[in-house]
Amino acid sequence: MSEKILIKGNEALAEAAIAAGCRHFFGYPITPQNELAAHMSRRMPQMEGVYLQAESEISAVNMVYGASAAGVRCMTSSSSPGISLKAEGLSYLAGCDLPAVVVNVQRGGPGLGGIQPSQADYFQATKGCGHGDYRMIVLAPNSVQEMYDHTYASFALADKYRMTVMILTDGLLGQMMEPVEVAGGEQTVFDKPWAVAQGKDKQVVNSLFLKPDALEKSNLDRFAKYRRVEDDEQRYEGYQLDDADIVVAAYGASSRIARNAIDEARSRGIKAGLLRPITLWPFPKTAFAKAAERARAFISVEMSMGQMIEDVELAIRCSRPVTLCNRVGGVAPDPKMILDAILEAKEKAI
Amino acid sequence: MLPDGMSRVTVLAGHYGSGKTTVATHLALELRKTRERVTLCDLDIVNPYFRSIDNRELLEKAGVRLISSPLAGTSVESPGFPPDAASVFDDTDVAAVIDVGGDDRGALALGRYSEHLKKDAAILLVINKYRPLSANAKDAAALCREIESAGKFRFTGIVNNSNLARETTAQDVLNSLPYAEELGKTLRLPVIATFAADWLEITGENIRPMNIYKKWVTL
Repeated sequence: MSEKILIKGNEALAEAAIAAGCRHFFGYPITPQNELAAHMSRRMPQMEGVYLQAESEISAVNMVYGASAAGVRCMTSSSSPGISLKAEGLSYLAGCDLPAVVVNVQRGGPGLGGIQPSQADYFQATKGCGHGDYRMIVLAPNSVQEMYDHTYASFALADKYRMTVMILTDGLLGQMMEPVEVAGGEQTVFDKPWAVAQGKDKQVVNSLFLKPDALEKSNLDRFAKYRRVEDDEQRYEGYQLDDADIVVAAYGASSRIARNAIDEARSRGIKAGLLRPITLWPFPKTAFAKAAERARAFISVEMSMGQMIEDVELAIRCSRPVTLCNRVGGVAPDPKMILDAILEAKEKAI
Repeated sequence: MLPDGMSRVTVLAGHYGSGKTTVATHLALELRKTRERVTLCDLDIVNPYFRSIDNRELLEKAGVRLISSPLAGTSVESPGFPPDAASVFDDTDVAAVIDVGGDDRGALALGRYSEHLKKDAAILLVINKYRPLSANAKDAAALCREIESAGKFRFTGIVNNSNLARETTAQDVLNSLPYAEELGKTLRLPVIATFAADWLEITGENIRPMNIYKKWVTL
């Protein structure tokens, strides 16, 4: 077993990226993700990598676009308002089928909002925040260890599918300090014959297709790839799920709070369980459909006005009642309110 | 029980996330057991989160005066000095603990008090072996020099606060002792104490139990 370190969520994102072979980071400051960029600014020179603070979020994402086209592992990060600015670049990355890792440490919105944690960018992350038909793989860690592990894994995932992987986390996990075991092991290295590099034959990395037939074909090919991702990459974690009558759906920080409520419900003899999506896209539809075979009701616990709840309803084809249990604006739900929601769902459904 | 190596004004500085606020709160509350007038002064100009003001109620109940920027704990991200910070130097009847922001950026705040600090202050470097950027004595020493240069001062001692938060074991603390000693030798500074969470119940020369006044989030 390797030694543990005590690390902040935001620092774990940086260390994991470096361990995965990322040597190009392009950032711009915004709370609550600043420790990530600050950590990179110290670590990248030590690793003979590039840390560059861009003049804006838009520049930073376009530097990722360029670096990725050159075939290197690269990353940018921001918090909610900054991700809105990166939306154009994310669409271009998708249009060129370029791999990239983008971090969103969410804060309350809309607009400038506040600097306290939130999960209100679920739609933005999973439904495409830029223009055009495209998808990003969205990973939602729920501990500092997972911040490390999922980021470590995200670079290979991005290279494998030539897609952007977004790490969707929040200010609570970003600021939290927990002991972490750092990864070892070999990273899969992907051949990138499409990359633009010195000494190679001419390569074109481009999202412009003026002929409609060619543009249609590029979309159809890309969506065939997305279907493979949906088939192979749905990830989730179940907790007390197998015999659950009431299924709580929650991701990220909310899921840890929900676990406490589920333990309390179980101690009162209520069969409650947690289904925690780890990939928000592809959404773990199969696991939800299976849970719906037994469960009587679902509760979506979110730090938003109700965004993931729509995917829960879709995944179970509205076959069971789904209620929302939420706090917003930088406030996290507490176990008591989730327990109350479980008790209410049980009252109505059973 | 207070360690030797403190002064009427004791300053805690060090690496980001090394536990300065936790140690500062502990020392202020310990001081209050023997001193009538104790002040904890928060000079953090870096981090909008995890500030001494989170412990305001606890401190005030114990009779410790908290000096803190009016913007601390409000989510307003403006580095602000508390207007009454300098009072801890002028009012020589007060025993004061000063909690500084992390790294060289945080230590900048001390620059304006450098003349005062030369007179009657202990300036302690808080270290944690389990933080990745200060995991060995060489890296920790480099960080220490950056902090001193930014704050225009010299440290007078080291506080070993090596921990892995809730997962800390007694062995983790014991494993950090050679690291603290080596850093002390490199920097030619005394290790004035090793603090260990009181639930660990470790005893040993220079190891002191610390009550962690942190609101653990129920996660």
